[in-house]
Amino acid sequence: MEVVVLVVVIVMLLSAVAVMLFKDFLAALAAMSVVSLGLSFLFVVVRAPDVAMTEAAIGAGLSSLLFALALRRLGLWRSQ
Amino acid sequence: MDILDTNMILYSAAFGLMLIGIGGIVISNHLIRIIFGIALLEAGANLLLLLSTYHEGASAPIIVNGNMPAMMADPVPQALVLTAIVIGVGILALALSLAIRVQRAYGTLDMREVRLKLEQEISDEAGIGMPSSSDKPADIRKLPFNSVIQQEGGS
Amino acid sequence: MRRFTAALFLLGLGVMIAAIYQHIDFGNTAVNAGQEINAVAAGETGAANFVTSVVLAYRGIDTLLELTILFTAAMIGGMVLGRRRVDAPRDPDAGFILRTGADLLFPLLLVVGMYIILHGHLTPGGGFQGGVILAAAFFVPLLARPGIMLIDQRIVSLVEGLAGAVFIIIGLLAMFEGYEFLTPLYDKGELGALISAGSLPVLYLAVGIKVGSELAGLLAHLAEAEALD
Repeated sequence: MEVVVLVVVIVMLLSAVAVMLFKDFLAALAAMSVVSLGLSFLFVVVRAPDVAMTEAAIGAGLSSLLFALALRRLGLWRSQ
Repeated sequence: MDILDTNMILYSAAFGLMLIGIGGIVISNHLIRIIFGIALLEAGANLLLLLSTYHEGASAPIIVNGNMPAMMADPVPQALVLTAIVIGVGILALALSLAIRVQRAYGTLDMREVRLKLEQEISDEAGIGMPSSSDKPADIRKLPFNSVIQQEGGS
Repeated sequence: MRRFTAALFLLGLGVMIAAIYQHIDFGNTAVNAGQEINAVAAGETGAANFVTSVVLAYRGIDTLLELTILFTAAMIGGMVLGRRRVDAPRDPDAGFILRTGADLLFPLLLVVGMYIILHGHLTPGGGFQGGVILAAAFFVPLLARPGIMLIDQRIVSLVEGLAGAVFIIIGLLAMFEGYEFLTPLYDKGELGALISAGSLPVLYLAVGIKVGSELAGLLAHLAEAEALD
């Protein structure tokens, strides 16, 4: 069990660093979704299913949608 | 083994996310990257809040099929984090709307240029010159006692 | 220069956090309020999900304030963005897959959202999660056919205001009966049945519909802003 948690935490932290380092905003958005997914798994490990469901619905769904719509409005949608 | 203690791994994850979020906010130049950093910081803070009452072997605070387990996790921080996640999404929506507005007003999202234009606008409104460093050479900086120097040079 | 000071700041923060690490008592944290609530929640409120009972019964005013914060954010977002020009060209329809997928997904998402809202006091779930899924249910058809909203923008705002008012009215009903604001009313029923826990499911229904309509309106507003090409 600890090995699984360790792998998920490492993937999550690497994705968080990637969010800050990617030049293309679309790729940063995808990495943000990976962070939300890993966080949702960690919330289940800490015995909080309600919070995990909320984070999965909001982090991976609504937050990515908000960013995508705003990026389209700002003209940063195309890969440079 | 001590390194593989689940508790310590989870604490490092929470602190690591917060550090990466703060680092992103402080270092970046682009407004959208700052907003990404804010979202990461909130995620790390929510995880840290939930870790405060994590026991190995506790179960989720729900009764299933009528039998109540011996040790259950604390429901109060979970309710608070539920609220915090939804508020985080509200903050994100507001921040993105304001970013769209900033781009409409200043034409760019690079924070250095926006700060420069903001200072320029404020100085224009107040009618004074832009604040500049006092280390500039004397012939650029206007001296208050200009006439005294001219007299001394002339005589 | 700026990056150097930023790196120095982060280093200092890391050292401070490492110092905090030394003092954390891993695994033996004190749970006081939680244990009390776990012991009495089933008897007092009749909800099988203790987090629901904390969110709605023990800390109901926090939920009310959170709804206010969401409402303020959505309102300011709508105000800041402004309207689309009337003569701006409409975006083209999406492809066949997205249109058909949206038509198929809409009733499914509606059913799943309502299920999660209505069973909030029995299983993990509740108003916020179900509300987000309802907002997605109303937004996916808007992605497939831009510009054609399933429900008019004004009706969505009306529903949102009414749902918030229902929440406050249920809280005031408790005051009319002589208790304090937002005390759960009506008999508890048996633990685990769908109709149980008094006024808690009705409160969560109001919360769910309010959150869903709010987020759907906000997303629609953001989507119809003109794209900068």
